[in-house]
Amino acid sequence: MILEKVKKLLAEHLDMDESEITEETTFEDLGIDSLDTVEILMELEEEFGIEFKMDEGKKSVGDLVKYISSKKE
Amino acid sequence: MSFKIIGTGSYVPEHIVTNDDLASIVDTSDEWITQRVGVHERRVSVNETAADLAYKAALNALSESGVKPTELDLIIAASISGETLCPTVAGFVQSKLGATCPAFDINSACSGFLFALDVAAGFYARGNVKKALIIGAERLSKIIDWKDRSTCVIFGDGAGAVVTDAGDNYLSSKICTKGGSDVIEIPSFSGSSPFYESPGKSPYIFMQGQETFKFAVNAMTEDVKEVVSKANLSLDDIKYFIPHQANIRIIQFASKKLGIPIDKFVVNIEKYGNTSAASVPMALDQINKSGNLNRGDLLALSAFGGGLSSAASIIRW
Repeated sequence: MILEKVKKLLAEHLDMDESEITEETTFEDLGIDSLDTVEILMELEEEFGIEFKMDEGKKSVGDLVKYISSKKE
Repeated sequence: MSFKIIGTGSYVPEHIVTNDDLASIVDTSDEWITQRVGVHERRVSVNETAADLAYKAALNALSESGVKPTELDLIIAASISGETLCPTVAGFVQSKLGATCPAFDINSACSGFLFALDVAAGFYARGNVKKALIIGAERLSKIIDWKDRSTCVIFGDGAGAVVTDAGDNYLSSKICTKGGSDVIEIPSFSGSSPFYESPGKSPYIFMQGQETFKFAVNAMTEDVKEVVSKANLSLDDIKYFIPHQANIRIIQFASKKLGIPIDKFVVNIEKYGNTSAASVPMALDQINKSGNLNRGDLLALSAFGGGLSSAASIIRW
């Protein structure tokens, strides 16, 4: 399940509880800066074996899940 | 046959520019710069050129090595911010030192010093040189857009140098170029030809921060692993990792990805900012002069930046 994996990775990276993260959670909600975002995208790249463009607008956990699903199909 | 390093040196201009100083020029803050880049202050030249900085770092390295300028067989300078394209930074240093050997510059942006070491290794492999002086020197303040808060807070001026002698302490290396990228770009003066029709670009450092970060971390982790393995070593054998001081966050994330404790990385970005080709030899000089290096210690050098380019090498002290 992509959402679960993304939540787990975010929670680990940001040292927070998975239950605090939902599909609607945005990067802004998480209080992370642009470099944290790259770190997380790079970890997701490794986890899912895909490649992100760093300039694409992904603002929420749901956006990430959608993007990863489209790449995995 | 390769080389061994028998002297290191560095030099930075006296003038210190703090984050608070920058906050009075552009819309930024000490907190933002410290968190995103890890720089607290940087040196900015008020009257010295990159070649002046190179000369002073060279004197410093020669003095430790005990080598006289007239004994030098080769001078290579890595720089992207010399005051003149010709004469070169290395040529200026040669003349100021009173050396007579061949001297030339190479440009591979922030990876320049490591490219220069590898070029020097080629001269040693051919048995053409005994004593060489290899320098990284930058006056990046010259090519910074001081109105661009995303770049002007990162960079600083400085120079570092090493003197080498024939030996077998350059154990492995990798130099890598991914040409044609616009992730980092420094356009040069476009001239005033009445025939040239393309519009000129502003001659300052332009950088896509996130793409640069990703390239840097990947390059550093892959290059370091590769040169360690080429030298038949493991990461645990390395006493110090000397990375290009681009951004503390790059060093921290690479340390995490490599599984190497951050205290094995030589870091001085908080004091000097990113000095491009000068950062690795400056950090090497710092760890050498600190007295924490013993003969036989293994060092991993790693740099990455514009080009895009990256390089790494393993050196036995």
